Amino acid sequence: MEEINALLQGFGVALSPFNLLLMFVGVVLGIIIGVLPGLGGANGVAILLPLTFTMAQQPGGTTSAIILLSCIYWGALFGGAITSILFNIPGEPWSVATTFDGHPLAQHGRAGSALTAAFTSSFFGALVAVIMITFLSPVVAGFALRFGPPEFFSVYLLTFCAFVGMSGGNAAKTVASMMIGFALAAVGLDSVTGTLRLTFGFTSLLKGFDFLIAVIGLFGIGEILETLEEGLAFKGAAARINMKVVLETWKELPRYWATSLRSAAVGCFMGIVPGGATPASFMSYGLAQRFSKDGKDFGKGKVEGVVAPETAAHAAGTSALLPMITLGVPGSPTAAVLLGGLLIWGLQPGPLLFVEKPDFVWGLIASMYLGNIAGLIVVLTCVPLFAAILRVPFSIIAPVIIVICAIGAYTVHNSMFDVYLMVVFGVIGYAFKKLRYPLAPMVLALVLGDRAEENFRNAIKGSQGDLLVFFSNGLVGSLTGLALILLFWPLIGALWRGLLRRGSRRAA
Amino acid sequence: MSASSGATGMENEKQQSAASVRAVEIGVAAVVLLFGAIVVFDSYRVGARWGDDGPQAGYFPFYVGLLICLSSAAVLVRALRNTALAAESFVSREALKMILTVLVPTVVYVALIAFLGFYVASTIYIAYFMWRLGKYAWVKIAPIAIGVSVVFFLIFEIWFAVPLPKGPLEAALGLN
Repeated sequence: MEEINALLQGFGVALSPFNLLLMFVGVVLGIIIGVLPGLGGANGVAILLPLTFTMAQQPGGTTSAIILLSCIYWGALFGGAITSILFNIPGEPWSVATTFDGHPLAQHGRAGSALTAAFTSSFFGALVAVIMITFLSPVVAGFALRFGPPEFFSVYLLTFCAFVGMSGGNAAKTVASMMIGFALAAVGLDSVTGTLRLTFGFTSLLKGFDFLIAVIGLFGIGEILETLEEGLAFKGAAARINMKVVLETWKELPRYWATSLRSAAVGCFMGIVPGGATPASFMSYGLAQRFSKDGKDFGKGKVEGVVAPETAAHAAGTSALLPMITLGVPGSPTAAVLLGGLLIWGLQPGPLLFVEKPDFVWGLIASMYLGNIAGLIVVLTCVPLFAAILRVPFSIIAPVIIVICAIGAYTVHNSMFDVYLMVVFGVIGYAFKKLRYPLAPMVLALVLGDRAEENFRNAIKGSQGDLLVFFSNGLVGSLTGLALILLFWPLIGALWRGLLRRGSRRAA
Repeated sequence: MSASSGATGMENEKQQSAASVRAVEIGVAAVVLLFGAIVVFDSYRVGARWGDDGPQAGYFPFYVGLLICLSSAAVLVRALRNTALAAESFVSREALKMILTVLVPTVVYVALIAFLGFYVASTIYIAYFMWRLGKYAWVKIAPIAIGVSVVFFLIFEIWFAVPLPKGPLEAALGLN
């Protein structure tokens, strides 16, 4: 019950009036960010991160700063459902499955029920994930205290191999995108040897590429360019939520308890794996369709078809923070940006955080409970307001978003060069998105590049260059082995199916 | 667009592809391959072997670059062999035109910031965007474009005390 005590202390931190205010500000900002095209959780947090630099220097300020930023993340997750249901525009990839049944419901005039169902199941998914984080993260962190450089590098390897093997896209493109991230992270002064790498005499490259600039450009500018192709007008269904609709939907929801629990479990499990939120939402939609007695009506506007993906996506989005706070490995691009924030504030994410900064960790975990409650209250009461934002014409909102991106890029280091870089990253993001190069591995590699390299170096330094150090004991060996299995998962799967087929033929 | 072409002709022209998926795929893969080669080359230059006291600075990036080369080469070869991709449109002419009408002003905007400061450049940029894409009247454009910049000024300079680059206008108004 040590966790409960620690959590109660965390609530003490999170419940200060200032932190509560930040929570509501964060959630509202997050929903706006989630609703707006071109702004999502990752680049929304990236743009606002520089504003927390001064806040984080005050005593207890890092906790306030992470509460603000993580609440922006929760808000963005909620906001994604609004655009999916009312406008059929998935704000984030994991909201795609929500459009399948959410938008038909809205077209049939049941937008209120669809939104209530989405928000409530998001809240439920997040709650399950936070409870899991509360009890599991101290265990994982305690376990990870035994990690040395080889183990940490293996965990990174596992993260990146999971991307290649599990993403289901073109593996070569995933590897290319990831390695570009690693290469960009290596640019600049090498802190170990003091050598300049990949700068080619340009002084602006000395400090390397900041991942925040990459995130703002790739996701912000890139997405605006992509949206432009689809035309300028958003056509949305009207949004009206009143207490009656909310209560009616809430009465209906307990019927889908099995779907909710299954989706939450899928979400929690997949969220720990990087890039897990999107597959989790699709998977639980598919499972709900299969197990539901009116599965054939899915896609025509079933509340259950909204419950499944929303629960899973929010559970996954939340549990993506578990590996971030315990191992220093983010499970999603937004978690990667939050991790980058910790590094900038001078905190070392990883198992030691639980020992050295319990206030921070438990304040964050407590704020996850409170932030999601705040989020649910705000979305249920203010949906029409947020939907109105999307009715602002694109020709006004688009330049304003680009101006915000430019300000965000500039404030990271007060450098104009970063603003130019942002535009370049925007064009790269547009081309990569259209050619289906995944962007998340690049961002993760940019954030983790230095730490991965450092652990790799220390590991092979200890073994005098022998790569077998990554198999030197049971722990690191199984981590590396698991990484390799995940990397070759598509191949293994194909081989396994082939063997099964041959076996069944022989049996027949 | 020629004046003689009818509505359907114009429609066709709008839908016409500006570049095939295959061409862009090959182009992007080639650029990535070149980037990988640069990484490999520079890592080799700073030393990618085992030094006296551990791996040299280029050890890790060398293999990263190598993997970039290998993976982009795989994408490149696949695109070269897949001629069906040539028929697929990467971007239609109309969409490309749309993107350029946004991208070019954005590049000009970012370049202008250095001379005019953030606020004036942003006002001009928003105004241009509304005029060019939204076809608004100037009586609507002026208050919105100026208003947004004033709000940003209040938020960043006064509330958050984060100074953004300023230009001659702010200097004249004594706001520096």
